Amino acid sequence: MSVLVDKDTRLLVQGITGREGLFHTSRMVDYGTNVVAGVTPKKGGEWVLDGKIPVFDTVRTAVEATGANVSIIFVPARFSADAILEAADAGVPLVVCITEGIPVQDMMKVRRYLDQKGVRLVGPNCPGLLSPGEAKVGIIPGHIAQKGNIGVVSRSGTLTYEVLHALNQNNMGVSTCVGIGGDPINGTSFVDALAMFEADPHTEKVVLIGEIGGSDEERAADFISDRMTKPVVAFVAGRTAPPGKRMGHAGAIVEGGEGTADEKIKAFEAAGVRTANRPEEIPDLL
Amino acid sequence: MKLHEYQSKQMFEEFGVPIPRGRVAMTAQEARSIAEELGGRVVIKSQVLVGGRGKAGGIRLVDSPEEAEEVATQILGMTIKGLPVRRVLVDEAANIETEIYLGITNDRAERCPVMIASAEGGVEIEEVARTHPDKIVRVWIDPLLGSREYQARYLAATIELPRDHWRDFLLIAQGLFNAFTENDATLAEINPLVITADGRLLALDGKVVLDDNALFRHTDLAELRDLDEEQPEERDARKYGLSYVKLDGNIGCMVNGAGLAMATMDVIHLFGGKPANFLDIGGGASAEKVAAAIKIILRDPSVEAMLFNIFGGITRGDEVARGILSALEATPTDIPMVIRLVGTNEEEGRQLLTDANFETAPSLAEAAKRAIELSKGDQ
Repeated sequence: MSVLVDKDTRLLVQGITGREGLFHTSRMVDYGTNVVAGVTPKKGGEWVLDGKIPVFDTVRTAVEATGANVSIIFVPARFSADAILEAADAGVPLVVCITEGIPVQDMMKVRRYLDQKGVRLVGPNCPGLLSPGEAKVGIIPGHIAQKGNIGVVSRSGTLTYEVLHALNQNNMGVSTCVGIGGDPINGTSFVDALAMFEADPHTEKVVLIGEIGGSDEERAADFISDRMTKPVVAFVAGRTAPPGKRMGHAGAIVEGGEGTADEKIKAFEAAGVRTANRPEEIPDLL
Repeated sequence: MKLHEYQSKQMFEEFGVPIPRGRVAMTAQEARSIAEELGGRVVIKSQVLVGGRGKAGGIRLVDSPEEAEEVATQILGMTIKGLPVRRVLVDEAANIETEIYLGITNDRAERCPVMIASAEGGVEIEEVARTHPDKIVRVWIDPLLGSREYQARYLAATIELPRDHWRDFLLIAQGLFNAFTENDATLAEINPLVITADGRLLALDGKVVLDDNALFRHTDLAELRDLDEEQPEERDARKYGLSYVKLDGNIGCMVNGAGLAMATMDVIHLFGGKPANFLDIGGGASAEKVAAAIKIILRDPSVEAMLFNIFGGITRGDEVARGILSALEATPTDIPMVIRLVGTNEEEGRQLLTDANFETAPSLAEAAKRAIELSKGDQ
């Protein structure tokens, strides 16, 4: 019914004792996600959420004790690269990083190391994953999506919620929502997510939410026209963004005339992808 | 964050890249005494963070200390593309034989640094990429290995740099790469890198852009930030962890999340309105952050209506509502506004706003249409 996370997910939370880490752990548990452990250095031995979740000093000990198979990261930016590497080194095959503001050179090294290890990273600077009715690994409000056959992939956070909300109001359900994040160097690309949705028997259609900057959308358009059988609907944010200005996300910038929303929309249309003028139009296009 | 030419070249020099003798001057008198030290024939270069300084008359060759003072006086009085010239670099004039290009930036698609060289130096590399793409050579650098000698040698050979200069070129390429990585740059560029008449390689001009996300580990560099680089509103926004970009419309926007903020601007535009700004209050926005955001929007005199679009994930709706209310208490305004609030703790948030008599909208389209009406004075 989903990609990446489901009922078999055994989740580890890195940074579980921090304000955001604890708040969202409690939301994920409420949603039904199987959160098996937390990690905060020097807090090993403590328990959180009324003694339900054990805290460990290191990811390795947490994985050994609990068999965690997915890790989510809520630690501050300056410690995040280390946290991702620690999870990868402990053998966690899927790491989701929520943190925003990780230096780009850290991310380039991290990504190269993870590729060599065969570890998948989602994010950073992303809202995580939601497989409605199965598992929530991230900060996407669970109540705005229902189970269904639409795969959603997005570079944005709240814009994704906007789309999930619009789908929900039209009684359209979601297989998995994948927030790939707004940084210039990330772990999972549009193409990676599209390939997963194409292979997932329970996903029938896909919504892709892009934005200005880089060329990940253009590569997604090529992939769709060459390899995808399932229909894709796209929205690209930032048509009115001025060039040369970074629009909030580290990766959302039109540089040297490249990465404009219009170029991306053109690429999608050339690939036969219907594009929405505003997020609320997406349900109609599906 | 951008560094000035003189700061960039100083950084390069620390990493073994030869640069012309010279110093920065704040006054024409200083420029004159630096010119005296350097022997008279110098280049006076305006230090502003925009391209096209030469075309604007902001870079001039002079022959004597007297002329240096005179020209420095003129340049220090200039405004280039809206930026006042506050400093000039006084550099020893070089006898240029050949101009080449050498730069390093991050390649997003390849997810690693890319080192770029061209035999066409002294013009913008984007321009060369457009007109003579065959004149540009690139090598991609493994972020875990760093740059290797053979890569710089490949650049030197391909741009047909005379072999006599390869040794110096390799040292410069390594130095530039070290400067790039050790300072967390996103761009480090020598343009032009010149071969002088006496056979030396010299970084005549330099440009560095730093990764804002890495400034926490380069506090010395963070202090070099030129306040003219951004508008005062953008600067103040950054202090509060907000992201603000001024636009030329009349509808002030406060949105949580960059993608949704862009989409909000796009939707306003779609219905015939014009956004006054991009403003992302980010994740986990506190009441103080929201209050700061509202104050920054209201500093723009062209704002005639405001649209708040908040979709709660990491930012809780009640927190945002309290922020809006406390900010408006501190900064009362007659500017009409419409608020859209959905997501985590949405009921609590919306209730707080309704109790305080604020207008809310159920969808983004309706919020945008309403904001456009309000901006035209339709109550």
